[in-house]
Amino acid sequence: MAIDFNILIGGAAGQGVHAITAPLAKALVRQGCQVLFVQSFESRIRGGHLFNLIRVSDRPLISSREGVDLLVALNQETVQLHQAELAPKGVIIYDASRVKELPSEGQRLALDPEALLPGKQAAEIAINAGASGALLGLLSMPIEPLMELLLEAFLAKGREVVGWNHKAAAAGYKLAASMGPSHSLAAIAAPAKGRLLISGHEALALGALAAGLQFLSGYPMTPWSSVLNAVGQRAARWGVVVEQAEDEIAAINMAIGASYAGVRAMTGSSGGGFSLMVEALGLAGCTETPLVIVEAQRPGPSTGHPTRTEQGDLSFVLAAGQGDFPRAVLAPGTPAQAFTLAARAFNLADRYQLPVFIITDQYLADTNFTHEITDFPEKIEINRALETGPATGPYERYAITANGVSPRRLPGFGPELVVADSDEHTPDGHLTEDLQVRAQMHEKRLRKLKTLVKELNGITIYGPADAPLTLLCWGSSLGPVQEAVARLKAARMVHLSELWPFPTEAVSAALRGSKELVMVEMNATGQCHRLLRQETGLKADHLVLKYDGTPFTPEYILRGLEGHA
Amino acid sequence: MLPLELYQGIESAWCPGCGNFGILKAFKQALAELEIRPENLLVVSGIGQSSKFPHYLQCNTFNGIHGRTLPVATGAQLANHELIIVANAGDGDCYGEGGNHLLGALRRNPNLTLVVHNNQVYALTKGQASPTTDQGTKTLLQPEGVAYPPLRALALAVSQEGSWVGRSFAGLVEHLTGLYKQALTHRGFALLEVLQPCVTFNRVNIYQWYQARVYEVEQEPDYDPENELWAYQKAKEWGERIPIGVIFKRPRPRLDEAHAVLRTGPLVRQQPERPIRELLAEFF
Repeated sequence: MAIDFNILIGGAAGQGVHAITAPLAKALVRQGCQVLFVQSFESRIRGGHLFNLIRVSDRPLISSREGVDLLVALNQETVQLHQAELAPKGVIIYDASRVKELPSEGQRLALDPEALLPGKQAAEIAINAGASGALLGLLSMPIEPLMELLLEAFLAKGREVVGWNHKAAAAGYKLAASMGPSHSLAAIAAPAKGRLLISGHEALALGALAAGLQFLSGYPMTPWSSVLNAVGQRAARWGVVVEQAEDEIAAINMAIGASYAGVRAMTGSSGGGFSLMVEALGLAGCTETPLVIVEAQRPGPSTGHPTRTEQGDLSFVLAAGQGDFPRAVLAPGTPAQAFTLAARAFNLADRYQLPVFIITDQYLADTNFTHEITDFPEKIEINRALETGPATGPYERYAITANGVSPRRLPGFGPELVVADSDEHTPDGHLTEDLQVRAQMHEKRLRKLKTLVKELNGITIYGPADAPLTLLCWGSSLGPVQEAVARLKAARMVHLSELWPFPTEAVSAALRGSKELVMVEMNATGQCHRLLRQETGLKADHLVLKYDGTPFTPEYILRGLEGHA
Repeated sequence: MLPLELYQGIESAWCPGCGNFGILKAFKQALAELEIRPENLLVVSGIGQSSKFPHYLQCNTFNGIHGRTLPVATGAQLANHELIIVANAGDGDCYGEGGNHLLGALRRNPNLTLVVHNNQVYALTKGQASPTTDQGTKTLLQPEGVAYPPLRALALAVSQEGSWVGRSFAGLVEHLTGLYKQALTHRGFALLEVLQPCVTFNRVNIYQWYQARVYEVEQEPDYDPENELWAYQKAKEWGERIPIGVIFKRPRPRLDEAHAVLRTGPLVRQQPERPIRELLAEFF
């Protein structure tokens, strides 16, 4: 029997839900556990209800699941909201100073701040470190990794604060150890090589850095901001200029200016901010300026649900901007894919001189996955595709070529002048009213897609090739769909991570032989399904959709298949 | 001094008599006198008649979209702060559509020259009011006259301690050349507004109108461009007398100095080494 526990830590914003989660999750990974944790929060700084759901197992985890085995309640509301999810043998660990009403039956462990850390008047530390310790005690795991992590986390606040944390953690641990090994992870041994615990947006930021990102501009917006922050915190170490722009319009135009001048540049936003960027998206398209854009989706329309998740911007990203111009659209399903595709995006942008999107969402952005180091590439090849050395004749930035890609040079690196224009232009970059040149230049730009599409595939297939049922999904839905398929046995998953230009042949081949096709995606109208129909003529027999702002679970998908497959 | 032919661009689409011709002539003269070679110069522009400017020159060019001249120029500046960068915009482009970016540039102080061709009208769209059109002016779109007072952008720049604020007039090529030279050699953000007659759509603010009003502010007995309050008054002055010349100067740290990463040289010349194992080390 596999070990598989769900730990839910809930409370009001500002109470320390994350202060418990982060060191606990990392301590478990260091002890050899597989961990995946999901964050659920509201658009407020204090109060409200938020929770982290940590799933821990001895087997690799690709998704969260429903149900709660250990419930940490920092306030009364958490008990009310989540007690129905508690498994029969579940345990409630609660802050006894705040939680007064509990279900009449079941195991519970009271944490009293005064008992955990007597006389210190530091209830928050007592409860947060105490709960972390208590959880490790209930899970029969050693406490040392947690002690190390608390030292790392609180050293900046002084030895005294570290000492309080250690004392409270040890007290919680001791309290829980007396309850018996009902949720023991003791059978799990630490791996010979360490594993990583990393979120989707952290991995995306690191992938961009690995690919040579030198310039990042953006304006804060949830959930996009975590990319901005992840690069910003590491910018000095790795030599990146990060500029917080006055608005998203400035952000994308700055990135275009930086890219024109020669550095690998990225910008991004969530739907509302990206809406503001659309005019300049066309600018990158017309001037053929390489650009990587992160579109971190959240439920729309308009402000929508700022801290929730959805895959509702695919149609918008595919169609944004006036006129036709080539773009590429990538949609990772895991942090490791986010790393690899971020790096790939920069090479595609440079080689084809066009905007490349990486579509994420709040779920992928904030969910931490356990990865092996082998899930990441050892090295990223960086291909800038630049012309250097003297030109043989007059230099034309937009020379008409067979594959549509013109030789790109950088301003200030030689006598050749680099002339870029948002107006329709001649091969040497000057605005023109010549209608024939217009047609030639338009065809030249669009020709790039013919070569690009041959490079794209990005298809992950999971499950037996002859399975009668195929679940098709894209982007962040990979994990829940893969786990649903694993539970179904007679089914397989086809996941798409490279969506434009649509790899029609590869997708058609992957879906060939499917007796029943179900499209699974997190939006109300089946946006990727429309894309599939448009590009392949194939039609799903059934759609499993979700648009309430909370992520897919394998159980939700299985319920969605009932009566259909 | 470099030969003026070095900067010869394609034939212009401006109306005969347009103020832009004087601006172009003065700019070439300043470049030649400062010996700025075309390959070391980047002119960024937006959309409007004035934004066709770089096409009529020899230089690296980024002709972007309406209102977004400054952010493109700022991004290019951060990527390669050895380039000499001129952002070229009109009054509608810079003071209307791109107003927020002017505020951003005043705060950041990038080492570039912003030249605003101020003709007090939307000319390319054939005659609507601009943010600088005088109150009461009748236009196709405002037949009863413009209801609001004009934006005094130079006063705004002074109030935010823009590091160099000046004005010239397209009809005084020699004066304009001198101002261009000062702006181009200023280390920081230089806002140079050029009064530009539009001979087609603005029948009020014509060459003679400006000639009768502009005066060289340096000749004033109380000339004090380092004094913010004095400069603010001059920047607000508009009517019977319109000051031209350097109105305000304030040394300030530049954008490229604010980014420690740039101390070792332009970003585009740096070769980042980022081994994947080292990047990921903190996540174990």
